[in-house]
Amino acid sequence: MQVTHAAEVRPAPEADERVAKSSRVRRLLVRPEMGAVAGAIGVWIFFAIAAGSRGFLSWRGTANYLEVAAQLGILAVAVALLMIGGEFDLSIGSAIGACGIIFALLSAELGWNVWLAMLASLTFALLLGVFNGYLVLRTDLPSFIITLGTLLMVRGVTIGITRQVTGRTVVSGLDDVPGYDTIHTIFASDVTIGGAGFSIAIVWWLGVAALATWVLLRTPFGNWIFGVGGNQQAARNVGVPISLVKIVLFMGTAVAAWLVAMIQVLGARSADVVRGTGSEFTAIIAAVIGGVLLTGGYGSAIGPVFGALIFGMVRQGIVFMGVDPGWENAVLGAMLVIAVLVNRYIRTLAMGARR
Amino acid sequence: MRHRSIQLIALFVAVMLAMVGFGSQTLGQDTGDRSDLRFVVVTHGQASDPYWSVVQNGVNQAAKDMGVQVEYQAPDTFDMVAMSQLIDAAVASQPDGMAISIPDADALGDSIKAGVDAGIPMISLDSGSDVAADLGMLTHVGQTEYEAGVGAGQRMGEAGVTTALCVNQEVGNVALDDRCRGFTDGLAESGGTVELVEVKLNNPTEAQARIEAALSTNPDVDGILTLGPTGAAPALEALRGTGQLGTIQLATFDLSPDVLDAIESGDILFAIDSQQYMQGYLPIVLLTLYATNLNTIANPVLMTGPGFVTKENAAQVIELAAAGTR
Repeated sequence: MQVTHAAEVRPAPEADERVAKSSRVRRLLVRPEMGAVAGAIGVWIFFAIAAGSRGFLSWRGTANYLEVAAQLGILAVAVALLMIGGEFDLSIGSAIGACGIIFALLSAELGWNVWLAMLASLTFALLLGVFNGYLVLRTDLPSFIITLGTLLMVRGVTIGITRQVTGRTVVSGLDDVPGYDTIHTIFASDVTIGGAGFSIAIVWWLGVAALATWVLLRTPFGNWIFGVGGNQQAARNVGVPISLVKIVLFMGTAVAAWLVAMIQVLGARSADVVRGTGSEFTAIIAAVIGGVLLTGGYGSAIGPVFGALIFGMVRQGIVFMGVDPGWENAVLGAMLVIAVLVNRYIRTLAMGARR
Repeated sequence: MRHRSIQLIALFVAVMLAMVGFGSQTLGQDTGDRSDLRFVVVTHGQASDPYWSVVQNGVNQAAKDMGVQVEYQAPDTFDMVAMSQLIDAAVASQPDGMAISIPDADALGDSIKAGVDAGIPMISLDSGSDVAADLGMLTHVGQTEYEAGVGAGQRMGEAGVTTALCVNQEVGNVALDDRCRGFTDGLAESGGTVELVEVKLNNPTEAQARIEAALSTNPDVDGILTLGPTGAAPALEALRGTGQLGTIQLATFDLSPDVLDAIESGDILFAIDSQQYMQGYLPIVLLTLYATNLNTIANPVLMTGPGFVTKENAAQVIELAAAGTR
C-alpha cells in the first residue's frame, strides 16, 4: 500500500519582523513633534470655523496670534532643550523683567549708548544662566527648586533697584534715546503683509527654532543633551561633559528670556518690573504639548514651535470668539489638556503595530 | 487604551465647548434694530478687582438698554504687553466701535493707533485723559486723577490732617500715581506732608501688615488716603488692629460695601467716587449714537468725578452699591 503524502506546502518563511519596513507615514507619525502638529491643525480648524468671520482668518488676526506665539515660542524652544537635558528653569519670567529693566535704566535713565545697554543686559542674562547652572551642579538639588529661588531673588532685586533709582516701577521714555530707531527695527519692527503688521519676533522665533534643531540633531552637543537627559550616569561614563552641557543649556534659556525682553521693551517703549510673570510655566506647557517629556531625554525643538503656536491660537482665538475674560482661563486649560491628550493618542497610535 | 483616550478627548472637548457657550458674550442677545452693532471694551481691569466689576455691570446694562452687542476683554494681570495684544485682536475682529482704558500710553500707543487708522471709532475711559485727544479718541469718559487727588488733599487739610500716608495698590498705573501726586500737592496747601506706602492689589493680609508697619515707624501720621477698595479694606483692619480708628482720618478713592458701611459709621471720613458705572455705561451710549447718527461730544473729557460720598449721603449710596451699580 502506498501512502500518499499530500505534498506539504510549507508557507514561505515569514520575514523577520525585526527588520520589517514600516511605512513612511508611520515613521513620520512617531516623531516627537507630530502630535503637536496634529494638535495645531485641529485647533486652527476649530477657530477657523468658530471665529473665522470674527477676524481669526484675517491677515490682522493671523498677525495677532503669531505675535503671541512668537514671544512664547522663543522661550519654549530654549526651555525644551533644557528639559531634554533633564532640568527645569523657572527663573526665565523674572529674567525677562530684569533684562528689560537693565536695558531701560541704562539707556533711558543713565544715558548709555543703546548697544552698550543691550550688551549689558545680555551679559546679565549669561551670568544668570551660569549662576543657575552652577548652583544646580554644586548643590545637587532639583533645578525646579534652585530656579524657583532665583526667580524670587531676581524679581525682588529688579523691583527694589528700580524703585530705588526711579521711584516707580515702569521705566519709560525709551523712544527719546539716540539710536532707538535702529535697535527698534531689529527687535520690534513690523513687516506689512496684506495690510497687517507681522512682528519681526516671528522671524526671531523661527530662527531660534532652526538653530536649536540643528544643534539638537546635527551636532555632538545635541547628542550630549539627549544623553545627559536620558541617563546622566551613563553619559558621564561615556565621557560627556555634564557640567558644560547643563551650564550652556541654562545660559540658553536666560538668553531666550533676554531676547523676549528686548522685543517687549522696544515694542512697548518702556520696561516694567512685572513683565514676564508666569511665562516660565507657559513655556513648559508649550514644550510639553510639543512632545518633550517632563522626565527628560526625549523631545525635539520643532514640537515646542507648534506647542507655542497652539497656545497663541487658543489665547487669541478665545478673544475673537468673544468669550468673557472670566471664563478664558478655564477654556485655555481645557484646550491644553485636549492638546496633550491628542498628542499622546497619536504617539500611542504610531508606536503601536508598526506594520 | 486607545478607546479610553478617545473617550477622554471627547469628554474634554464637550466640557470646553460648554464653557465657551457659558462664556460667550454675544450669543443669544435681544434682537432690535441696532442688534447688529458690535462694540468691544478692552480695559486693564482685572476680574478680581471689585471696582472693575461695576464698570462691567455698566457696560452690560448699556448693551441691554441700547440693544447692541458688547464684549468685554481684560488681561488677567496688569500686563501692558498682553493688553496691547488684546487690543490688536479686538481691532482685527472689526467691531463697530471700541472703548478702552489707557493706563500706559507708550505701551498701548501702537495698537491704539492701528485701531484708529483702521477707522474704528474709539472712546477712552477711566485712565488716559491727558493722552486721549492725541491718540484720536472721540472723547474720554472718566475722572482726571490729579485733580481728584488735589480735592482729597484739600478736604483732608480742612479736617486738620498734617501728616498723611498715601497707600498705592498698583504702582506703575500712572492714574494712581497721579492721585498720590495730587494728594501731596493738595495737602501741601495747608502745610501737610505725605508719604507713599506700596501694597499689592491681591494680597490683603500683606497689605495690612505693611500699613501697620508704616504706622509704627511714623507715629505722627494722622491721616491715610487709600486709592481703592483693595487698599481701604486692609487700612481699616490695620487701624482697628492698632486701635487708632477715629484718631487717624481715613479717606479713600472708589466705593465698596465695606467702605460705605465705614463711612456711615464714621470710620472713614469720605470716599471719592469716580462713578465707574457711568464710565462703563456712557461710552456704549456714545458709540451707539456715533454709529447710528454720527453724534460726537465736543468736550475732550467727560468728567464723571470726583464725587464725594460722605456720612450725609452714604445710606442711599449703600442701597445702590448692593445692586452693583455704584
